[in-house]
Amino acid sequence: MLLGGVLVITRKNPVHSALALIVTLLAQASIYLMLYAPFVAGVQIILYAGGIMVLFLFVIMLVSIDRSVRERQFNSQWVVGMIAATALGGLLIAVYTKGTSIFPDRALSIVEGDNTQQVATMLYGQYMFAFEIASLLLLVAIIGAVVMAKKRI
Amino acid sequence: MAPIIQYIESYLGSNQTPGGAGNMFWALVYILLVFVGLSVAVIAMNWLERKILAHMQVRLGPMRVGPHGLLQPIADALKLLLKEDIMPAEADAALFWVAPFVVVLAAFTVFVVVPFGPTHAITDMNIGILFMLGVSSLSVLGIVMAGWASNSHYPLIGALRSSAQMVSYEVAMGLAVVSAVLMTSLNPTGTGTLSMIGIVQAQLAQGEWFIFKFFPLGLTAFFIFAVAMVAETNRAPFDLAEAESELTAGFHTEYSGFRWSLFFLAEYSAMIAVSSIAVTLWLGGWLRPFPNLLDGSTWDLVFSLFPGAAFIFLAAMCFFNAARMPKHPFFRIQTIGLAGFGAVLGLIGLVLLIPGVRVRVQDIFWFAAKVAAFMYLYIWYRGTFPRYRFDQLMKMGWKVLLPLGLAVLILTASVALLQEKIWHP
Amino acid sequence: MESMLHITTLHYLVLGAALFLLGVIGVLTRRNVVIVLMSIELILNAVNLNLVAFSRLWGGVHGQVFAIFVITDAAAEAAVGLGILIAFFRNKETVNIDEVNLLKW
Repeated sequence: MLLGGVLVITRKNPVHSALALIVTLLAQASIYLMLYAPFVAGVQIILYAGGIMVLFLFVIMLVSIDRSVRERQFNSQWVVGMIAATALGGLLIAVYTKGTSIFPDRALSIVEGDNTQQVATMLYGQYMFAFEIASLLLLVAIIGAVVMAKKRI
Repeated sequence: MAPIIQYIESYLGSNQTPGGAGNMFWALVYILLVFVGLSVAVIAMNWLERKILAHMQVRLGPMRVGPHGLLQPIADALKLLLKEDIMPAEADAALFWVAPFVVVLAAFTVFVVVPFGPTHAITDMNIGILFMLGVSSLSVLGIVMAGWASNSHYPLIGALRSSAQMVSYEVAMGLAVVSAVLMTSLNPTGTGTLSMIGIVQAQLAQGEWFIFKFFPLGLTAFFIFAVAMVAETNRAPFDLAEAESELTAGFHTEYSGFRWSLFFLAEYSAMIAVSSIAVTLWLGGWLRPFPNLLDGSTWDLVFSLFPGAAFIFLAAMCFFNAARMPKHPFFRIQTIGLAGFGAVLGLIGLVLLIPGVRVRVQDIFWFAAKVAAFMYLYIWYRGTFPRYRFDQLMKMGWKVLLPLGLAVLILTASVALLQEKIWHP
Repeated sequence: MESMLHITTLHYLVLGAALFLLGVIGVLTRRNVVIVLMSIELILNAVNLNLVAFSRLWGGVHGQVFAIFVITDAAAEAAVGLGILIAFFRNKETVNIDEVNLLKW
């Protein structure tokens, strides 16, 4: 997965980056399976790898990349960017090395049978409001995407 | 020898799929069996398509290669393997290599959860149907990659059209699937399930196949899925993106030889995969007709004679046609070949009549028979319907199937709720 | 060997942090807008990984539900972002973010 991530940010050709991202997303789905979250893994494969990445590939093909492949590929501010990323990395390392004591190291019960039912109960029960808001958000996103990509409004 | 037979016997008595039991060896055996079965099915589909299409068009189809063209698929496979492997000059080499494999991978991975029987699946995932829908949507990526990597106009347009069509009809498929899964929650036990084996067992427990449930809602959902699955696999009448007269074969124009055969393999496997989804969700999977209505040991016996009887019928047809062959010395080898094929089929039929084998093979036979019926429907559509224009196709996907799917879903949910609360509280 | 293979929550969190870092580097240093958007997807995936890892740790499925919402959000944002990209490309004929400087003084 990390190899996929590295390939995403370092390839010149955006199509190769998109493929590396697909590999990363599929690896992520298998990690979800390791974490006993099969429903989220299924949703990840359907939505992310099968939907969003198709969208990305479509747009990459519509936007001509022949010029951009031959240009320089890294930013003019890449030094500052790397310094900021290193600072963030240092912060994260500090947090993780200092805070290992708060994670209880217990072995949890492996309940595989009804993960979907549990997620559904919670999604439609406790988080019903967020569910409705998410559907509204998707509606707004659909209208926004259609308007943004139209030739004449 | 005896311990091996004992090992096989001890496994055959288990009541779990190999994946569920964590048994790696048997899972590998099942994977091999599914792979071989799928290859045989694709080869048979190739022959069947050409013969049935020909007979629908009042001609004979391939008759020369083997007796009645039976060796035609093998000849086709040999030709494809021996063809020169061309790659376009400016094409993106990595993508060009990878694209057919991605499509084949997506088409074959789906068969991990297809249930051929109550314990005859490679594994029974908790999210079986979700997994199948998701992985079959990964083939869109392979098609887009193939069109892009060919670096030429026709494949690119074909790939974009084909993937737009597949993505649109996935939505309609999803809605139909959801309304079928909704019906599984009306079990006497009370919880619905997404696992494929669970869906068929729900149909068994509720006593009717979901296609007949809440008439006509189950039928409409099945109809939506049947139309969407034909569009999903880019088959007639929705094959604008790959028909020869339209875009010179669309996204796989630049592929030749072995790579093209991979696309072809993936297309037929995808057809079988979505047919098995339809069979599992609506037509009762591996259940024989009338499992609850006509039950009892005599009806079980009658229905379990079907596999053997089917093969013996096929063998009888082979012998009949062998007798009808022209009595010319040039046709002698074809006659012998056909009679030999008939003998093999008859032997298989006789083996399937042995009581021990009969009981186990029954589920797989009924499942395969239903999927074969769907394959015949595919070929029938190809021979009958004219092609949809692309804008008509997209219009139908979004403006007809999607509202219909939503309506079916809402109505199914309401009727299910009424049934739960009012009629059988 | 036994203790090496025991994958604790910390391992998942470190993996999530590494992905997050990769995404941040991608956002800050690449010129191609599409790759910047893909790095944002990497960041969101890292967050999802953290959420699901914690959901496994504490036993309920709250984290998984939140992860599903995050995936939905990512889909919406990718759609709108790519729409903006297409509108921008139609005007400027380039996908270089250094050229998005109309508001620069």
